[in-house]
Amino acid sequence: MKIKQLSVFLENKPGRLSEPCHTLAKAGVNILTLSLADTQQFGIMRLIVKEPEKARDVLTQSGCVVKVTEVVAVEVEDRPGGLADILEIIEAADISIEYMYAFTFGRKDKAALVFRFDDPDKAIDVLQDKGVNVIGGVELYDSAD
Amino acid sequence: MGEFVTENRIWDPAETMPHDELRALQLERLVQTLARVAEVPFYKEAFTKAGVSPDDIKTLDDLRRLPFTTKADLRDHYPLGFLAVGRDRVARFHGSSGTTGKPTFVAYTKEDLSTWADLCARFLVSGGLRPEHTVHIAFGYGLFTGGFGLHYGVERVGAAVVPAAAGNTRRQIMLLKDLAADVLVCTPSYALTIAETVGAMGIDPKELSLKFAHFGAEPWTEDMRAQIEADMGLLAFNNYGLSEVIGPGVSGECAARNGMHIQEDHFIVECVDPETLEPAQPGCQGELVFTSLTKQAMPIIRYRTRDIAQLDPSPCACGRTGIRMDRVVGRTDDMLIIRGVNVFPSQIEEALLRVEGTAPHYLIEIGRPETLDEVKVHVEVRSKDLSDKMSHMQALRDRIGQEIHSITGIHADVYLVEPQTLERFVGKAKRVLDHRTEKNDA
Ligand SMILES: [Zn+2]
Repeated sequence: MKIKQLSVFLENKPGRLSEPCHTLAKAGVNILTLSLADTQQFGIMRLIVKEPEKARDVLTQSGCVVKVTEVVAVEVEDRPGGLADILEIIEAADISIEYMYAFTFGRKDKAALVFRFDDPDKAIDVLQDKGVNVIGGVELYDSAD
Repeated sequence: MGEFVTENRIWDPAETMPHDELRALQLERLVQTLARVAEVPFYKEAFTKAGVSPDDIKTLDDLRRLPFTTKADLRDHYPLGFLAVGRDRVARFHGSSGTTGKPTFVAYTKEDLSTWADLCARFLVSGGLRPEHTVHIAFGYGLFTGGFGLHYGVERVGAAVVPAAAGNTRRQIMLLKDLAADVLVCTPSYALTIAETVGAMGIDPKELSLKFAHFGAEPWTEDMRAQIEADMGLLAFNNYGLSEVIGPGVSGECAARNGMHIQEDHFIVECVDPETLEPAQPGCQGELVFTSLTKQAMPIIRYRTRDIAQLDPSPCACGRTGIRMDRVVGRTDDMLIIRGVNVFPSQIEEALLRVEGTAPHYLIEIGRPETLDEVKVHVEVRSKDLSDKMSHMQALRDRIGQEIHSITGIHADVYLVEPQTLERFVGKAKRVLDHRTEKNDA
């Protein structure tokens, strides 16, 4: 149920963000979502793409430093307190979140959250136990077509 | 053994000569040396220019009245302007390659070669060599002094020599294995190559009988020593020398391994501030300057080595009285002065090695935006260093900064940069961008 996320190291200077995106576009890799963490000096761009291995290869060939990590995507119900419920489950299970970001996917513009947990397997078990829809790669990637 | 890594053995009782006797012997030999160089045109001219005559030198402190000799002086008097004996007395020439083409030559009489053998025997014995050993010498034999100097030292001790010379690592390993050498002599970087190749050949380093190694001819670090000793199961000793002074044998480590004892009955050492040429503060780093005391063919007076190291006059457990020098940390040519502190690019490299395991690409940028020097160190990030977590990347950057501070004592702003963005150089890398000098030029 885990999803592969690419992290790309970027220096914090004008134009650097678009280069990896162009590289992926040229290779025909579809970016599902992208989030950026940065400091004054450098940043890390995190990407969810349909073909993570291919994306990693083309980015590496273009001179980027790339790391692949496993993250967990869950569907959030479109109602007040939807997000709070999920966070509560995670907190109760004493699982720590390294970082998270949100995006929309699918034809119905469903909202999803991407979590980087220190223990993703345990998190998936706990979330599924509580009836939360953990989105697998296939479902996520298919929604992009 | 106690504080010794191996048995503490002394080759020559002169190594433990009491200090007052040693100083008296140095003065006696200095006066003899000055008499020998009196007719060498270079010294004659230099002494006259400095307004000093050899007769003025009555104490060891008077040595400071004599002018320095530099590599440029040797080059200017190419090929044999420093020769102090007739060609008939010369038994050997050696030389060191210059970066600018022509080598500088040094000459030895028969007596000099014998002195040299003794000096090398001293440090070889202090680092474990025994007459029943076999020594594999993987130094080049030629104009370079390393091969012959160590060769003579081993012969003087009465051990067997395998003069393997340089190159063909697989053949070297076959020799090491089949002739069961106990001692390895080479550069520390070549030892790393041997260790790697032994692994690649599927040979267990324990199949080799190596117990000791003597490394010299290039700077190395304690981390390298630990790695080589762990990989090859031997004890590695450091020795120091340069052809202009005699070759290897100027100083070497004892079994206490807390610095290299300078063979003070044959050389006077000074440690000077390379800027002011005044004596460095006790316990501070400075440029080493050597005066030979027994050389016949080519005595050398106050030779500026351009090597930066620190002297330690405290007594050593081994009983040797020669002052100790620590590792050479760098060359004056590479030295940067940042906020009054001497810093070498090699120290930055050492800091990066500690953090990441292998030498990455880096660039040191120095500026003086206001009145104080500011240092930026740009370090290329590699895939294995990358984390998707910001906190890890910031910790990596902070750790590099801390290591740089602990080694150099200066604060540097560390910038992580994308790979392949720092310029690559063939040969000697240009790792320093000094904006302070640019400003002066403008
Ligand atoms: Zn000692």
